[in-house]
Amino acid sequence: MSSIDVARVKADFPILKRVVNGHPLVFLDSAASAQKPIGVLEAMDRLARESYANVHRGVYTIAEEASAKFEASRAAVARFIGAPAPHEVIFTRNATEAINLVAYSWARSNLVEGDAIVLTEMEHHANVVPWLMLAEERGVELRWVPITSDFVLDLDGLDELLHNAKLLAVTASSNVLGTINDIPPLVQAAHASGALVLVDACQSVPHLVTDVTAWDADFVAFSAHKMLGPSGIGALWARSELLEAMPPFLGGGEMIRDVTKTGFTTNELPWKFEAGTPAITEAIGWHAAIDYLEDLGMDNVRAHEVSITDYALGTLEANFEDRITIYGPRDPAARGSAVSFLLQEIHAHDVSQVLDEYGVCVRAGHHCAKPLMRVLGVPATSRASFYIYNDEDDVDALVSALKNAEKFFAI
Amino acid sequence: MSGLEDLYREIILDHYRAPRNRGELPVPPAVKSEGFNPLCGDEVVLYLDVDDGVVTDLKIAGQGCSISQASTSMMSAAVKGKTIAEVRQLTRAFKALMSIHESKLEGEQDGSDLEDDLKGVRLGDLEALQGVVKFPVRIKCATLAWNTLLQGLDEAT
Repeated sequence: MSSIDVARVKADFPILKRVVNGHPLVFLDSAASAQKPIGVLEAMDRLARESYANVHRGVYTIAEEASAKFEASRAAVARFIGAPAPHEVIFTRNATEAINLVAYSWARSNLVEGDAIVLTEMEHHANVVPWLMLAEERGVELRWVPITSDFVLDLDGLDELLHNAKLLAVTASSNVLGTINDIPPLVQAAHASGALVLVDACQSVPHLVTDVTAWDADFVAFSAHKMLGPSGIGALWARSELLEAMPPFLGGGEMIRDVTKTGFTTNELPWKFEAGTPAITEAIGWHAAIDYLEDLGMDNVRAHEVSITDYALGTLEANFEDRITIYGPRDPAARGSAVSFLLQEIHAHDVSQVLDEYGVCVRAGHHCAKPLMRVLGVPATSRASFYIYNDEDDVDALVSALKNAEKFFAI
Repeated sequence: MSGLEDLYREIILDHYRAPRNRGELPVPPAVKSEGFNPLCGDEVVLYLDVDDGVVTDLKIAGQGCSISQASTSMMSAAVKGKTIAEVRQLTRAFKALMSIHESKLEGEQDGSDLEDDLKGVRLGDLEALQGVVKFPVRIKCATLAWNTLLQGLDEAT
């Protein structure tokens, strides 16, 4: 008995009624971007129809309403991740921008040539390239936590890697392997070495109960569009004292207290980091997405994903035996729902092309994790990822379509 | 399956399963050129022997999806033994084949220059690749070999 009534959930997502190439849409790419329930679409539509105006500026009724809704969304995001205070949540364009905010504001005012940043081999490009740019610009050293043959972080040399490092930047859950990293001990080790910790939580906030306070992390980046919300908005959470000490990132309206011909003073948190008109409608959509997930209960979301991932791993192995290679931990309790695989020698793009013919959407390619793909020794994989609206029928549709791909490309 | 069978014609799958001219040539005298499709990681490596304006030999290496690898194999069979002028004409014709249908798909009428490129050129087996244009993201897979060939020719001449 599933912890979630998937049939009811499916009914809440209009796009899942679509037919593609004569087959009902089977959406298995939520790790790239999730679909939106009707409640999110309606909340955004309602704002536009009834209360849309720029925020924090007008003194008229609908401007007040829009501002209140916008700040209510921030409060909901803060509550959802266990943040002590809403003003510690900075709205950004996406998680990538949140990480860049840390790289430009905190790192460029705290790191000098010869300082070190520790990354892991399973990071997404969003948590790699900003640090490569900094390394190039500042002569900062990047060190890499390797992965084991079981697709988990190899922590044997962690203390050595962290020695004199200023930052540990680590994903909470790999978008390729599904591996869930245990954040608190990593934070403890980093803090013991005097390093701060940035957690890329894109793949965990949508799927797991998140408590940034329990993590004791310093920076946490995530986005709305992977958790049933719209694209165009994400957030950085950071501790107040860090944010207070950091210089602003982007300059413009909203982020200032006063501006003269010769200078400016910055606004208070969180607006100090929110230059320009923010993604107002998207913030309201994000709030509705959080409401939807909270109604389901994040414990139930997690239980459902463990169950569907267990079924997917078992069914793929049973049907394809040694013809399939799965890149990620076998234990569904130790991983998220992103399942990367190679079927025989068939290229991932050929696999996903055949799958599309059956309405099955999977991601094919390097998943914006080329350093990891090099470690794995493969140029590309296919990735099926499961969320609250996926059930065993979706897994069966995947298996059936994969069998057709096999027939097509049999060597 | 009609769309798929249009894309993955039997002759394409044949070249994919049994690629022609696989191997390497000593550099120099051969010229080596490499092409890369960052989207899917397709990789094409060509070794070209050009002698007196003729592609006397060519070998291919690399890895990638069936379309990129089959297209590379078919290209190698099509250009071997041809003069550089013939190869360039064939390349233009193949690229025209890849874009004429694209423009037709987009409802544009003006394909006259492209028609000229195709006129009088015998594409033979290569025409099997025209199904690719119905799958726009795969066009780059099909043209990679030819772009890599142009790079190699520029270096060899």
